[in-house]
Amino acid sequence: MSAAPIRFSGMLAIYQAEMARTVRTLWQSVATPVVTTALYFVVFGGAIGSRMQQVGGVEYGSFIVPGLIMLSLLGQSVSNASIAIYFPKFTGTIFEILSAPVSYGEAVVGYVGAAASKSVMIGLIILATATLCVPVRIMHPAWMVAFLLLTSIAFSLFGFIIGIWAKNFEQLAIIPSLVITPLTFLGGAFYSIDMLPPVWRTVSLFNPVVYLVSGFRWSFYGAGDVSVEVSLAATLFFILACLGVLKWIFRTGYRLKA
Amino acid sequence: MSPIVTVRGVRKAYDSGLVALHSIDLEIAKGEIFALLGPNGAGKTTLISIICGTVTMTSGSVSIDGHDAAMEFRAARSKVGLVPQEIAVDIFQTVWNTVTFSRRLFGRPTNPAYVESLLRDLSLWDKRKSRIIELSGGMKRRVMIAKALSHEPDVLFLDEPTAGVDVTLRKDMWEVIRRLKDRGVTVILTTHYIEEAEAMADRVGVIDKGRIVLVDQKAAMMQRLGKRQLTLALAEPMTSLPPGLAGWPLELEEDGQRLTYRFDASAATTGIQELLRLVDSLGIAFSDLDTKKSSLEEIFVGLLEHAA
Repeated sequence: MSAAPIRFSGMLAIYQAEMARTVRTLWQSVATPVVTTALYFVVFGGAIGSRMQQVGGVEYGSFIVPGLIMLSLLGQSVSNASIAIYFPKFTGTIFEILSAPVSYGEAVVGYVGAAASKSVMIGLIILATATLCVPVRIMHPAWMVAFLLLTSIAFSLFGFIIGIWAKNFEQLAIIPSLVITPLTFLGGAFYSIDMLPPVWRTVSLFNPVVYLVSGFRWSFYGAGDVSVEVSLAATLFFILACLGVLKWIFRTGYRLKA
Repeated sequence: MSPIVTVRGVRKAYDSGLVALHSIDLEIAKGEIFALLGPNGAGKTTLISIICGTVTMTSGSVSIDGHDAAMEFRAARSKVGLVPQEIAVDIFQTVWNTVTFSRRLFGRPTNPAYVESLLRDLSLWDKRKSRIIELSGGMKRRVMIAKALSHEPDVLFLDEPTAGVDVTLRKDMWEVIRRLKDRGVTVILTTHYIEEAEAMADRVGVIDKGRIVLVDQKAAMMQRLGKRQLTLALAEPMTSLPPGLAGWPLELEEDGQRLTYRFDASAATTGIQELLRLVDSLGIAFSDLDTKKSSLEEIFVGLLEHAA
């Protein structure tokens, strides 16, 4: 009686519904990261930065721009994607997604794609805010966009996993505050890891955020803590690791299906 | 006619060791209204959740209109609509948006004319621009039905459609279900209200403790398992049965004011005629008589007692 379902219709429906949710809460979505970033510029750029020397030939205020964008990008990606999937689990509306003729891959593209899109938009807004505060130049715009995209995707995938894993709101909040925030603060957003004592430098190399910030900063000023190839490889590795975990989740139905 | 839903050997065991379903076999014919009747915790919701893909099965197979629910999940699921027991809907969305979202999620091209007729049918048209949070509980339930029907499914699953619903809305729901049947939609509903199964269903499956105890046409089930009774309101109360009536399955009720005769409805001869003649010849006067067949409820309770 009924025809075969239109391919990718469900995936697009999820993506658009998620983007509509973003638009509905546009004010909170955009205001918070912009205000937070402006505060960082006042404190680190203005108050402290004026007493600091240049880092790698770049004014301190400008030096922290890529790191600050990353800081928001990671936090936003994780919280957007985790809430996007946690909320349907919490309210029970997930039944509709699970019973729809939509594959797990399509659902991930819908949810993670929307979360990453929102992060990229916020990253670009923060970049625009930054250019109003300090001089910013972008040496490799294509790479800048590539790192923006890949990082948003990587951490939206990570957030999606957390949203599936979380059984309550406390668990949903604990990973961003206990893992993401420390990693980003120790990830070289506000300093070059060359400034650290050798031991902590070595420890820092185990922090995946170092590679993201470094690669991103390289796309702005042509210099980073590690080579851009290593940054790119680390980012791609992180994405693959998240996809691996998701594959396992979907195979077992872990915390999605009884 | 080939069945639209086929369930074969479906078993569900949880890690805790609890077995929710023991090897269920079930076939649902195209266009029928099938009621899955059973007490709370019998496995009704688990079974329909497995058919709809929201719960994994331990073993067995499900096919919808010839499409295996696991191997050909797109074809199978696009034919199915599910209204869960709990109201679960994004409460910040408008009625129109949530229904069109469901339609697209299930792979159908947008069709405002269809969505309009659906919302009108469910008396939701005036509320189409309202956010769901603003609606009453009954309206929210209608929204759940509209979402499940948004992609024009061939099979609709209703899990406890009228649990916690007032009488008016319950009657409305039944009317909606009847109209769906007229359009050729197969409806499978779970319920623990016998009244609902009795009023709606063509066939009834009784499920208890994860096993299907019996599946039969409702009418046949009532005939096969139902008892009829004849009650005579006596003009003069009796303290005991007169010896002339010995051997008849009779009972004196209400302090000897009523004489009740229970008989098999499907038996060739019911014995009513002989009994009345006998009563007359014994000079027992009665002021009224009443016959009644047992309800599905009584059948159901009898079945469960028998199974236990």
